[in-house]
Amino acid sequence: MYFRHTEVAAGSAVAVAPSELDRRQFLKLSTLAGSGLTLGILLPGCGSQPGAGGAAAGPLVMPFVRVAPDNTVTVLSKHLEAGQGVWTGLPAIVAEELDASWEQMRVESAPAQAPLYQNLAFVPLGVHAQFTGGSTAVANSWQQLRQAGATARAMLVAAAAEQWRVPAAEVTVSEGVVVHAGAGKKATFGELAGSAAKRPVPANVKLKDPASFKIIGREKLPRLDARAKSTGKQQFAIDVMLPGMMTAVVMRPPRFGAKAKSFDAAQAKAVAGVVDVVEIPRGVAVVARDMWSAKRGREALKVTWDESDAEKRGTAELMKQYRALARGKDAVTAASAGDADGALAHAVKRVAGEFEFPYLAHAPMEPLTAVCALSADKCEIWAGCQMQTPDQAAAAAITGLKPEQVVIHTLAAGGTFGRRATPDSDFVSEVSSITKATGGKYPVRLIWTREDDITGGRYRPLNYHRIEAGIDKDGKVAWRQRIVGQSILIGTPFESVLVKNGIDPNAVGGNAAEEYDLDHVHVSWNAPKVGVPVLWWRSVENTHTAYSKEVMIDELAQAAAQDPVAFRLAHLGKHPRHVGALKLAAEKAGWDQPFAGGKGRGRGVAVHESFGTVVAQVAEVTVSGDKITVDRVVCAVDCGIAVTPDVVKAQMQSAIGFGLSAALLGKITLTDGHVDQTNFHQYQVLRINDMPRAIEVHIVPSTNPPSGVGEPGTPPIAPAVANAVRAATGIRLHTLPFDLAGARRAHA
Amino acid sequence: MSIKLTVNGDTRELDIDPQMPLLWAIRDHLQLTGTKFGCGMALCGACTVHIDGQATRSCVTPVAAVQGKQVTTIEGLSTAAGRAVQGAWIGLDVPQCGYCQSGQVMSAAALLAGNPKPSDADIDAAMAGNICRCATYVRIRAAIHEAAQTLAAGAPATA
Repeated sequence: MYFRHTEVAAGSAVAVAPSELDRRQFLKLSTLAGSGLTLGILLPGCGSQPGAGGAAAGPLVMPFVRVAPDNTVTVLSKHLEAGQGVWTGLPAIVAEELDASWEQMRVESAPAQAPLYQNLAFVPLGVHAQFTGGSTAVANSWQQLRQAGATARAMLVAAAAEQWRVPAAEVTVSEGVVVHAGAGKKATFGELAGSAAKRPVPANVKLKDPASFKIIGREKLPRLDARAKSTGKQQFAIDVMLPGMMTAVVMRPPRFGAKAKSFDAAQAKAVAGVVDVVEIPRGVAVVARDMWSAKRGREALKVTWDESDAEKRGTAELMKQYRALARGKDAVTAASAGDADGALAHAVKRVAGEFEFPYLAHAPMEPLTAVCALSADKCEIWAGCQMQTPDQAAAAAITGLKPEQVVIHTLAAGGTFGRRATPDSDFVSEVSSITKATGGKYPVRLIWTREDDITGGRYRPLNYHRIEAGIDKDGKVAWRQRIVGQSILIGTPFESVLVKNGIDPNAVGGNAAEEYDLDHVHVSWNAPKVGVPVLWWRSVENTHTAYSKEVMIDELAQAAAQDPVAFRLAHLGKHPRHVGALKLAAEKAGWDQPFAGGKGRGRGVAVHESFGTVVAQVAEVTVSGDKITVDRVVCAVDCGIAVTPDVVKAQMQSAIGFGLSAALLGKITLTDGHVDQTNFHQYQVLRINDMPRAIEVHIVPSTNPPSGVGEPGTPPIAPAVANAVRAATGIRLHTLPFDLAGARRAHA
Repeated sequence: MSIKLTVNGDTRELDIDPQMPLLWAIRDHLQLTGTKFGCGMALCGACTVHIDGQATRSCVTPVAAVQGKQVTTIEGLSTAAGRAVQGAWIGLDVPQCGYCQSGQVMSAAALLAGNPKPSDADIDAAMAGNICRCATYVRIRAAIHEAAQTLAAGAPATA
């Protein structure tokens, strides 16, 4: 079976793919490692070959790290690399405790295996699955990988001490070299790996004092995947080529909730290169020898749809219903303190706002793709899997195999932003269904076209917020907010563990009650039932809750005739990390200096915590006619210890661009249940000409354990820009994406 | 139908539909997977290759139209500008997910071949056809400037 290993930095590819290790050994490991804090447990049978000089040549193989005789150290990443940098951050943690040289570090994806590789961040919530999401990769791996690195180091040191007949305490390690100064001995990790593999696994290892970190926190630690990704050599799922493999595209229903009633494949099958047309639960698949033939075949396919259960409403109609719902009494209370109504009645200054947020597609640059090879007792999946064990379970259920018979090869994903994390494993399920339906007679590569992607649902939910806020004579804030938007979690397997008291945290989190010190606050939620599938989208609920919060807070500051930064600081007494990030961003942006404005120029600020990380941003804009140009963004981030500071900066730059894309351009609309946009000419995304010329990222110094950075940079940028536009023009932007002309008309 | 394609200096005869976009011939029939599919409508630039040195979207270019022409993909990029661009890309850690970067590199190499000292505005104009959803644009600008300096110094980095 052809499988190209991940190419990393310089040096050879690793010797053993994890899937080739005996699965029973992994099962044994996982049983032993039930706590999640997996220690260095050896795979039996490894490292038994005697080498030169009496030392055993061979690898040291542990669940999270492998030291090879060629002196490479490979970290097994339980998380998907989708650009956020985990293939650099996770190896950095191991390398630090191991005292490795960065040049010898390699990375590859771990196999799908829970509990061994489960996401520990969600275990306390009752979710036991291997998946990447919620900006948790580094945070949940922090102790686990420090432990793994320190354990491997202790075993290498023990092997050296035994070989050199010196006390282990006298052996030092630096830059991947093990040394006993007194005896004048030194050895590489590779030379010691085989002997180390025979050592008992120490139960307790001492972790480093963070003050002595050399790799963690290094300003510029080169990404392990930069070379492969700059030379076209990085392998994505769409690049997998298996002998005899066929390519499939699926014709899906024209409206969400419709089903195929019947189909006529005669003309599709007449297209040269088409080999099969099969019905699957999600539509009708056309299978061909190449992508072009598959596409041509699908164009010729005739499907009759049963649309009796389909969603037939458009977004204009939905938004009208949402507005009406927001005025009703019937809603679930998400947060309540004090007496919001009473305080509002006595407020000396009041502001109110209605906010509208569209559906948004993730549109990762690699459209959804997965490859499946099926035999009687084995199913192999190659994909940028974001939820490895749920995907494995889904493929098993469809193919009639046991989960342990499904091998997941997690490849680098060409972006995800949440799209590849689907509770029902949509694209992995599809490729499994097609491969099953075609009897496993050839491997199948499923490719979604861009049109499939943009029209395929799983959007950031459409949302409507209505806020009334006020300040009393003592400057205290009262806040009443209604949020109307579909639930992401209700109806999924996550509902039973993550939805409490009818509240979906992925619909209402990050609201003002959580983020500011408010004595009188009431936040409530309506969850309309709509047939448009929705999903987590980079920073999830914070994409809208941060927006309405930070825009209204800014308007309150204005109503109170206070500086926006000072006003926020006055209401953040219980949020010291917000204060730290906000002050740092303001200082670096020169907030205390008069803004070198001029006609159409303005600056605005926003601060928001999500996923345990606080980000503050100051945006400077120029408004010319109805065109908004973001000139400069100053960003401060408190993410605890910054494991890889340059990756943190890259993620802030990325999240700012992603958030700006939604603020300036992003919009999915439906008419009569049909999605109006099909490709990038209609679903516009940010291009280089709209990217700010200057983005400055400053990291708040911290000794706290790391928190995530993939998502938290997204929420503040849209409100910071909106606040800057209001400072420049007086125009309030409450509808996304920004439509300055429309807002001017509404304002007039 | 037999189509003669010259890609990265190698000429091959393929029995394919002459209307097949070059992208799919390169990927599915020549197994050169560095060139990516992103939109199929010349809207995103992920599929950018050089045809006789010009940056071209291979997803809308029928194979029949490139017979007798020199096609260069990321795998065959070996110009001084190309090497300088890739060196800068690696040095500045431009890529994140990396999927669009083959197209970005091909567009940047073509830009520098014609304009050895582009301004930010030149870069924005030349690169606006290449979408990066990770928004690595700030580093793309910086890397193109760095590659331009490398070229001006006359010692292109090796990628």
